[in-house]
Amino acid sequence: MAITDAPKIITSRLGYDDSHTINRYVATGGYQALRKALTMSPAAVAEQVKAASLLGRGGAGFPAGVKWGLAPADVWPRYLVVNGDESEPGTYKDRILMERDPHQLIEGVLLACYAIGAGQAFLYVRGEMALAQERIAEALNDAYQAGYVGKGILGTDYSIDVVLTWGAGAYIVGEETALIESLEGNRGMPRLKPPFFPAAKGLYMQPTIVNNVETLSNLPWIVANGGEAFAALGAEGSKGTRMFAVSGHVRNPGVFEVEYGVTTFRDLIYAPVYAGGIRGDHQLKAFIPGGGSAPWFFEEHLDLPLEKVTVDKAGSMLGSGAIVVMDDTTDAVKACLRLVRFYARESCGKCTPCREGTTWLERILQRILDGHGRPSDLELLLDVSDNISPGLTWPPKQTTICPLGPSATAPIASALGRFRDEFEARITVAEQARTSVPVELKAPSHA
Amino acid sequence: MARLSPDNVTLALEIIGRYPRPKSALIPLLHLAQEQDGHLTDDAMAHIAELVGVTPAEVLGTASFYEMFKMEPVGRYVVNICTNIACQLLGGEELLEHAEHRLGVRPGQTTPDGLFTVEDVECIAACTEAPCLQVNYRYFHRITHDEFDQLVDDLAAGRRDDIPPHGTLARVRQHIPPERRAGCVLPEDTATPVWIASASTEEAEA
Ligand SMILES: Cc1cc2nc3c(=O)[nH]c(=O)nc-3n(C[C@H](O)[C@H](O)[C@H](O)COP(=O)(O)O)c2cc1C
Ligand code: SF4
Ligand code: FES
Repeated sequence: MAITDAPKIITSRLGYDDSHTINRYVATGGYQALRKALTMSPAAVAEQVKAASLLGRGGAGFPAGVKWGLAPADVWPRYLVVNGDESEPGTYKDRILMERDPHQLIEGVLLACYAIGAGQAFLYVRGEMALAQERIAEALNDAYQAGYVGKGILGTDYSIDVVLTWGAGAYIVGEETALIESLEGNRGMPRLKPPFFPAAKGLYMQPTIVNNVETLSNLPWIVANGGEAFAALGAEGSKGTRMFAVSGHVRNPGVFEVEYGVTTFRDLIYAPVYAGGIRGDHQLKAFIPGGGSAPWFFEEHLDLPLEKVTVDKAGSMLGSGAIVVMDDTTDAVKACLRLVRFYARESCGKCTPCREGTTWLERILQRILDGHGRPSDLELLLDVSDNISPGLTWPPKQTTICPLGPSATAPIASALGRFRDEFEARITVAEQARTSVPVELKAPSHA
Repeated sequence: MARLSPDNVTLALEIIGRYPRPKSALIPLLHLAQEQDGHLTDDAMAHIAELVGVTPAEVLGTASFYEMFKMEPVGRYVVNICTNIACQLLGGEELLEHAEHRLGVRPGQTTPDGLFTVEDVECIAACTEAPCLQVNYRYFHRITHDEFDQLVDDLAAGRRDDIPPHGTLARVRQHIPPERRAGCVLPEDTATPVWIASASTEEAEA
């Protein structure tokens, strides 16, 4: 097993009860990276982040340094928007960072804004996270008082306001263009890309960098220790460390910061220092490697390293660092339905294949589960899925504005691909019931 | 029902002042109104429309998109039980069913005494702590049916003053001291940021 002694880059303070306070933060090296950065040029700070090859932790895994470079030169003002909307099924790490180390995030925000020349930063926290909102408000108030945020930071000409703002319950707002709509006071519906790539046309149509909470929380360490030191950890294509939440049927569910690219799924799921293996005497049935939107993995994928390129090639993604483990007691139809229902409920309704398609997928799965499935339903599921994501390929193609619609097809392709017999068994039972008691099945009426 | 109180108007103006465009303050202001009244009233939304400079219809248009905004009164305690995948695997649906029996309501309904509303919710980012729930957006991790009953008893008996009534989210607010404020940067402010400009001058000189 590859359990490495990589340093804890973003979770180093979580052992302290008062990890969220400014005193603890400063006593453990906090705001030193900011001091250091202010002696460097903004370009030099950006260079360190580029050298680190820090991949975005929000889901898409796009390199932060490269994204920063996409803002058109000399177009001002620019904004930074922090994505703290964490709501992908299975994902639990940004909330921890916001509740328990808010100053690390704030320092990351200040470093990013300094490097990219952002005029103002907006820290958008998920609406349902009251404690995270309190902790960040308190941390910002203290950081303003102490001179780390606001006008003339630490006596320099660097000035910026960091504004705490929050949502009100909508998964889709985690999608960056929907987040920007929400921040403009609108319904959180995604914008078309192109032309609305945030780095070019984002908040108020100005260049805007949207970064995830965990992504930004890495910056203090990177600036303090240098991009090279960060890039020395991990493997080609996935540098540094990363937080993974391992949930579901394991002995010791938890959130672990591990060396990226080196540690394997088997390590994370089975090692006693991590999730400790499948509960009881059960066997692994399947696992979701990167949040509800990711195609499922199985036994044969356990030895893959937690590395972006490898996992992408194997047909799924590390996404938001959420590993959900299902043992042999899991009902594949039920699990599949629950995920699909999520996308049906959270579809923003802006485009037809997603709005109508996810609703139909949910209804068909529900009737299969309820014992009213028809033999043609399995092909129908695949056909509707194909209308949302043509060919059901990986990476997915889309007929939709954003990737939410295609995400709903991932659990279907996975569950149906591997456990078709479970679906068929339910339909056979339904057929038998139908032939003994003839009933006219009503087509589900449209909501 | 109520427009925003004078104290809340003061707060609202402070919040609006933090954004380059007033409409950006809409969601925070709607939360403020919900904190005041427990749900969103037409009067409060009309008042917010005046403060932000949009029509009441636009305010409703935004508000109605988001699940946390309640257009009708809800219980003093909104109990959100997660049934998404990680919680489903470890008894989230059974916990929801238990809650329905214990409180005698279906998801989305409120008990006749106005104390509890139960909701069947999506992942609340506590997946390793399944099954889990929130009461007024405060977390309860790895909760058993007995613990649920105890929690309900405690809430009903007023023994949980750590949980504010529905509508109140963060009890600590951001406050930017005027002398520390950098100020809003409007989309019209096209000047190069000072520290970027001075860095390039230094570079040119070097
Ligand atoms: C439907 C959907 C939901 C998303 N939800 C989140 C989220 O909750 N948090 C997040 O950081 N990124 C989320 N993303 C990804 C963002 O669009 C964006 O890529 C990310 O915030 C960029 O930050 P990063 O480059 O630092 O990862 C979501 C994307 C989609 C399509
Ligand atoms: S794919 Fe779904 S969530 Fe995304 S824009 Fe279209 S309707 Fe909205
Ligand atoms: S699935 Fe229940 S908290 Fe994430």
